[in-house]
Amino acid sequence: MNRVNAVVIGAGAAGGIVAKELAVAGLSVVLLERGKWYTAYDCRKDDLRNQRTTLLGNAFGPEDDGNPRVWLDVKGVPHTVLPSEGSYQNNAACVGGGTLSYGAQAWRYLPQDFRMRSTYGVPTGSSLEDWPISYDDLEPFYEKAEYEIGISGDYSGTPFHGPRKRPLPMPPLPPGREFSILEPAARRLGLHPFHIPMARNSVPYNGRGPCMRCRWCCGFACEVDAKNGSQNTVIPIALNTGNCELRTECMAREILTDDRGRASGVSYFDAQGHLRQQLSDIVVVSGCATESARLLLNSKSRLFPAGLGNRHDQVGRNLQGHLYTGAVGYFDFDTYDDVGPGASIAITDYNHGTPGLPGGGMLANEFIRLPIHMIDRLPPGTPSWGLAHKQAMRHWHKRSIVIMGPTQQIPTANARVTLDPAVTDKWGLPVVRISGNVHPVTFDIAELQAKRADAWLKEAGAISTSLMVYKPDLVNAGQHQAGTCRMGNDPQSSVVNRNCQIHDVDNVFVIDSSVHVNNGGFNPVLTIMAIAYFASGALVRNWKGTGFRS
Amino acid sequence: MFSRSKAGRLTRRQFVAAGALGSAAIAVGCNRGKQGNWEFLSEEQARTLASICDQIVPADEFPSASQAGVLTYIDRQLIRHYRRHQDAYRSGLEQAQASSRRRFGNDLASLSQRQQLDVVSDLSQQNRPFFELVRSHTLEGYYGSPRHGGNRDAVSWRMLGLAEPPDLGRAQYDLRKGSPS
Repeated sequence: MNRVNAVVIGAGAAGGIVAKELAVAGLSVVLLERGKWYTAYDCRKDDLRNQRTTLLGNAFGPEDDGNPRVWLDVKGVPHTVLPSEGSYQNNAACVGGGTLSYGAQAWRYLPQDFRMRSTYGVPTGSSLEDWPISYDDLEPFYEKAEYEIGISGDYSGTPFHGPRKRPLPMPPLPPGREFSILEPAARRLGLHPFHIPMARNSVPYNGRGPCMRCRWCCGFACEVDAKNGSQNTVIPIALNTGNCELRTECMAREILTDDRGRASGVSYFDAQGHLRQQLSDIVVVSGCATESARLLLNSKSRLFPAGLGNRHDQVGRNLQGHLYTGAVGYFDFDTYDDVGPGASIAITDYNHGTPGLPGGGMLANEFIRLPIHMIDRLPPGTPSWGLAHKQAMRHWHKRSIVIMGPTQQIPTANARVTLDPAVTDKWGLPVVRISGNVHPVTFDIAELQAKRADAWLKEAGAISTSLMVYKPDLVNAGQHQAGTCRMGNDPQSSVVNRNCQIHDVDNVFVIDSSVHVNNGGFNPVLTIMAIAYFASGALVRNWKGTGFRS
Repeated sequence: MFSRSKAGRLTRRQFVAAGALGSAAIAVGCNRGKQGNWEFLSEEQARTLASICDQIVPADEFPSASQAGVLTYIDRQLIRHYRRHQDAYRSGLEQAQASSRRRFGNDLASLSQRQQLDVVSDLSQQNRPFFELVRSHTLEGYYGSPRHGGNRDAVSWRMLGLAEPPDLGRAQYDLRKGSPS
């Protein structure tokens, strides 16, 4: 096959943007994606098989056959798991990655999120660190993501956000019933509620229509294509340039290196299972935190016996996600209006500033409840089966509100991705092994967040509530996974530099959530996108200057 | 085969009838090599399972689990996504049946509702893992998507007061105005 300028591995939130930016700048690009390319027709609205409720499997990959992973329990015993099981910590495997089916909350992190070590110091045993870039460095790229991908919402209700030059390109969707109930209650508590920024059209934008407000949103592809991901924004632009070729169902095996220790391309298995090579001047890894780390670790060679970029045993460490806690409120009036997407109102008052605790998180109402989500969320004491359970479903399904949010995890170096020494996938490649946990102070913040959600619900008129508090034994990364190829100035304690370039291989880049130093108290996708624009910009500038051609 | 309405199309009733025949043909096709209505379950297993499912979601003014097609849901998945639970179902159903005969001298399906509840309560204590499995699958079948054979005619969604078919297309902006940007 012809040599190209760049191979981008993974067509998700970051990979789609990188492919577009490079292709528009005139580079020839091959975009590899291990999953399929789905369309709105594949929405299916299946309550039991989507990307969030996976009782009957993942709708958008990976499939359960041939894609195992392993996690280690606290006693060090390995457990093999399927992609549809929670401890797999899956995101997605398809064109668009998680952005095809996400809830689409599109948050900017706060300025303090990039300065966690300076703001709070380092809790003993944690690997909390400052980013080598600041909010101000990313601000223009946040804005670019908001306008190119298409974000609706309204920040004007809160002072707790970073400085911004332009408002969001679309207004929020009109408020639903939960918004109307929760907004005055938050104000009475002295909080600052506002409309969640969402990668969802509220008005026609980018040539597609607005949200039709159906019940099936988070976890589903959008039937009317009003949800904005890389698959319906930047990837079509990349393909339209004529400079980018998208190859789906292609699984990267390893990054190839030459005798001088520079990358020469990628070997991968194509849709028919044949091993192929694609030579290139540069390689961009955008496979999500778990899979990007795995690919680097699987790229072993004479010069890189521990894997690419792993000279100092940093690849795979500091794995993190978010710890979701909150509360369910039960009301004596109908709170449910069947108007999607459901999640609509948030507060960011508690992201920072709790005395004695580092960070915090955003709190928001939950996406619309499908009946299947309610079966184990009835008031405490409700029988779990029988006539009483059926009657409780009838009574409470329309009379409850869930508030929860992503607590910022305080990372540790021992929460990590390694390669499993025994288990391989259907291509014979060693699979991801997940072990370790985040710093326990995370649980203190998360519990406090649950109590704050509880207080908000009670102020809104809940006649009873129940807390949703978890203290998992294993790092909780999942769809918000981040941190395995940390960005930093010191090659001993990080994997890539501020431009997402691997410290010891100058033509390999990791551009995705792997580079997050910490993960904010927000859904991470807009930050992933902003970093993709930021790093692509630096890459294109270098390309036009010194060049990477070997 | 069908008389045509004036416009030459099938009437709605005929169309539904044709669909029903079609489904029956498909159902028969799925059962080649195996007698009865089920892909995995035997008739006896199906009767026992129905008794358990109907204690988990009993009938009141709305249908019970088995009336809403939950057995079809579980049976189909036992040779698809839930293949790994086949052994648990085989031995669990046998245990329930044995317990029923021991306690009341009869098959679970032949007992009164009150007696069935006793046996199922016992089962939930004596074989918790199996009971939890059946409980989860029953509630999935009852409250999940009708496409998998359970929640027939979206009966549980109607019970919860959800519009069926759902209301769609409720964008509340005047689309002629376009984007403000």
